Amino acid sequence: MNGDWWWTYVVIAVAGWLATDIWRWLGVLIGNRLDEDSEALYWVRAVATALVMAVTAKLIVFPTGTLAGSPLWLRIGAAGIGFLAFLLAGQRVGVAVVTSTLLLGFGLYWLGV
Amino acid sequence: MSPTSDMRPAIFWFLSGMRGITSLPAVILMTSFVGFSAFAFESGISRGEAIFMTISIWALPAKMILVGMMASGAHIAACFLAVTLSSIRMMPMVASIVPEMRNEKTPTWLLLLLSHFVAITAWVFAIQRLKDVPREYRTTFFAGFGITLTLTNTLIVAVCYGVVEAFPPVVSGALFMLTPVYFLASIWATARHTVVRLAFVIGVVGGPLMALVAPGFDVLYAGIGGGTLAYAVDRFWIRPRRAAGEGAIR
Repeated sequence: MNGDWWWTYVVIAVAGWLATDIWRWLGVLIGNRLDEDSEALYWVRAVATALVMAVTAKLIVFPTGTLAGSPLWLRIGAAGIGFLAFLLAGQRVGVAVVTSTLLLGFGLYWLGV
Repeated sequence: MSPTSDMRPAIFWFLSGMRGITSLPAVILMTSFVGFSAFAFESGISRGEAIFMTISIWALPAKMILVGMMASGAHIAACFLAVTLSSIRMMPMVASIVPEMRNEKTPTWLLLLLSHFVAITAWVFAIQRLKDVPREYRTTFFAGFGITLTLTNTLIVAVCYGVVEAFPPVVSGALFMLTPVYFLASIWATARHTVVRLAFVIGVVGGPLMALVAPGFDVLYAGIGGGTLAYAVDRFWIRPRRAAGEGAIR
């Protein structure tokens, strides 16, 4: 449609940069009106957390790329056992990361994916 | 206080923010960006375009979506819609850390500028660390971390583009798992309020569930609906009971 080299940069600037930063700017304008420990801030925190966790869980349940062909039980099992290990180890984040990644890596190797 | 007496601590806090680049979340994000370089290369995005995307969009999910849309030859309006829908979460993310980051004297233009460096990793980092930084230096501290993280990853994309064409599947699969598992553990570990833990659980269950029911708007429904549900349960069920329990002990 438009072969000029600069057109792709226009697409990135409008459909990427502007499309993401307008929400960040709105966030500043809203956050500026919120008091620390106000009820409104509790609600905003809850919504932000639920949004981020929904994105995160989708990465595990519906992955794209290499993991798309791997079995669901392996992905959920690796993440779940990693999280359990993290809780048992006194909430050390590194424990979750190492456990889950190794379990998934071994699983993929063992299944020959 | 004279400006010179402020000079040293300001630099100290900027540098201590910068030092966050060696933290676990930053290292995990950097490996994800090596993966992004390979993905951009495979999708026919040029090196310059991949670099421009990293510095201008910054959030990794938004970039993945844009690359996918561009590779499929979608119209600019369709690209805008897909990216902007996926980025609505930035609004409550930024809004939830701004009250902790600013003081009465913080100019709005500075917060607008710094908000560009917010993505999930920097958001988690801010929740974890800002409380230990004196309030007047919190923006400085966040700038040190956010700017360093963004520029370092831009450099990674510039250098790794085309070098790593593809990892063996076992390695790329395991690397892909790092990011979501890191988010699961670190967001749980930093949750200081019951309402955040409730929202965490509802989001984890609701995200994939809504993806089956309402694909395309799943994250929005799970986020706004799930977050509101978590807030309502906390406010009208958990907090009254806790207050009653404390009353009984007294």
